[in-house]
Amino acid sequence: MRISAVFLAGTGIFFAVIGVVYWFTSYEDAGFLMLMGSALLGLLPGSYYLWWSYKMKPRLDDDPEGSISEGAGAVDSFPGSSIWPFILGMGAMFAALTFVFGLWMAPLAAALIVSAAVGVTVESRRGGAV
Amino acid sequence: MTTTVESPDLIGPEEHDGADGHAPGAHPAESGHGHHEGPSGIVKWLTSTDHKVIGKSYIITSLILFFIAGIMALVMRAQLANPSSSLLSFQTYNELFTMHGSLMMYLFAGPFAFGGLANYIVPLQVGAPDMAFPRLNALSYWLFLGGSITMMSSFLVAGGAASYGWVAYAPLSNAINSPGAGADLWLMALGLTGFSAIFTGVNLAATIFYLRAPGMTMFRIPIFSWNMLVTGILILIAFPVLFGAVVMLFCDRHFGTHIFTVQGGGVPVLWQHLFWFFGHPEVYILALPYFGMVTDIIPVFSRKPLFGYKGMVFATMSIAALSTGVWAHHMFTTGVVLLPFFSLLSYLIAVPTGIKFFNWIGSMWGGQLSFQTPMLFSIGFLFAFLMGGVTGVLLASPPVDFMTHDTYFVVAHFHQVLIGTAVFAGFAGFYFWYPKMFGRMLSDRLGKWHFWGLFIGFWLTFMPQYLVGLYGMPRRVADYRPDNGWTGLNVISTVGAFIIGASFLFFLVNLYTSWRNPVPAGDNPWDGHALEWFTSSPPPHHNYTHLPPIRSERPTWDYNHPEHRTLVTHSKRSPGPSDDKEPVGAPS
Repeated sequence: MRISAVFLAGTGIFFAVIGVVYWFTSYEDAGFLMLMGSALLGLLPGSYYLWWSYKMKPRLDDDPEGSISEGAGAVDSFPGSSIWPFILGMGAMFAALTFVFGLWMAPLAAALIVSAAVGVTVESRRGGAV
Repeated sequence: MTTTVESPDLIGPEEHDGADGHAPGAHPAESGHGHHEGPSGIVKWLTSTDHKVIGKSYIITSLILFFIAGIMALVMRAQLANPSSSLLSFQTYNELFTMHGSLMMYLFAGPFAFGGLANYIVPLQVGAPDMAFPRLNALSYWLFLGGSITMMSSFLVAGGAASYGWVAYAPLSNAINSPGAGADLWLMALGLTGFSAIFTGVNLAATIFYLRAPGMTMFRIPIFSWNMLVTGILILIAFPVLFGAVVMLFCDRHFGTHIFTVQGGGVPVLWQHLFWFFGHPEVYILALPYFGMVTDIIPVFSRKPLFGYKGMVFATMSIAALSTGVWAHHMFTTGVVLLPFFSLLSYLIAVPTGIKFFNWIGSMWGGQLSFQTPMLFSIGFLFAFLMGGVTGVLLASPPVDFMTHDTYFVVAHFHQVLIGTAVFAGFAGFYFWYPKMFGRMLSDRLGKWHFWGLFIGFWLTFMPQYLVGLYGMPRRVADYRPDNGWTGLNVISTVGAFIIGASFLFFLVNLYTSWRNPVPAGDNPWDGHALEWFTSSPPPHHNYTHLPPIRSERPTWDYNHPEHRTLVTHSKRSPGPSDDKEPVGAPS
């Protein structure tokens, strides 16, 4: 947890430094903004993890001597097979094609996306915590 | 379709107290670990959320696209084999080089690594039952497939496919200069595959951060997984920028905005800033996974631990960090970028890359090398990438770049980089992990024929291109004059390209023989180091029924060779005989 946090925060700090140097040497807006965006991308989750890494007890996978038997219990629960990612993916493709070939494709895209959104929600509720 | 709730994947002894709220045997109907009741055939392919099925789908789809793009390259080389050739019209040639680049960059090199091999191997390497978000992982694949279909379908529309190069520079890519649905389909395909990549990046980072097995600390995960983590973060930095740029370009083309057009107060060079802020990290999104594959392969075939593990990790991080600060070295000749800043950062990338080369050679030094197919491809990668990298250092120097920009010198440079990584290292990884994925071996003899054909063809194709570039041949031309003096070098290059093409016939024959006359691989055919070689080939549903104690970065080796365990200095207790293979959940 600590290493993940330092890794992300370090990414953010690097981009912040590079971004400031870049701004004061070039005064170019686009690159500066993108570098600052990258800095936030590292700093936001990084500082959040860092905060948690001090609050929670160390995770077993960060313990160099953690043994398999200490990790007894559920790792997590994982969803089984599901058709909805396929429906959602095809819906997204037709939504993209709507922009090229015209609005007549929009109902098809919307139907696929809405049914996938409903389907995946119902599936999660019925199946429990997936 | 209802969700099958898997019984919690238990890592630990058979008897446990269910301290986390999941009582043991809470789902007695699904207690069969390693045996998964589920759909089969095409329904399985459509509905699976298993990272192994999705990974294989990614590998097969991206390889098909690789072959299509490779055939496009051969047609282009045939056109260039003699001056004033009339094999292709100029418009067709433009479409072909655009789609060759787009397929290879967006749909093969990246997805083959982070969607295909990483999807399959990373959860195995860190001891996870699946990716962190399996349904998101499935969605990634369907978006990728949707994007691929969208991009390929652009050949079928009036006006043909996009023809502005894979970088789509404004103002060439606007509605006046590139009208037609083909260009729009290209943009939409980028949007779809961009989201597919982003979701995979999220999945990789979450899996590596939070689904590691106990004892698998961050500094014990194999370098391939480390590189995939860094790649995942790079994807999250780069692809949203690409998506933003694509949306802006689409608005310019159809909704009357003037973001990239001078007439309305826009700035065409802004496209280059946005594109290369994505595009240069993208080069490393394509390279880092392959560095990781080679780093995992070389120690196995040298029968030594990796030399300089932490050095490798920090080199990967530095390369990734620096790669995001060098985008404008593609834009030196625009005259509006800060040359010293981008030149300096570009030079600096050579330092961590040099550390990696040093460590790769150090890993082989004094080892018992065995030159099986994966190792041959890895060594081929070292040569190919070294040449591509060294010419990259040349190009980081603005005066050299001004001379060679948009010539065949640049074409040769980036083909050597990308074939070095995505093809040499990529097929090293494919030959290395194929036994794990399919439970059968590929022929070593045919693999060597494939390697030598590729290796010879590679040098024949691209070394003449450096020269012809220095003689002044620009890239992206369908035609040149007989008195330019470029004919001989182009003929050599075309012959080389066809040798590369022929070498892949050996690969296809190899796949066919392995399919028709399978040679069982066993669980650990190469005497591998990392955790994936501990489970069966192919692994059961949710990957592991047992795990070895993880006390170093090569747990499988430690388990199989207790007399040669990796020295672990920071562990107070070393794994004794009692600390043996431990079961994961109830054995079926």
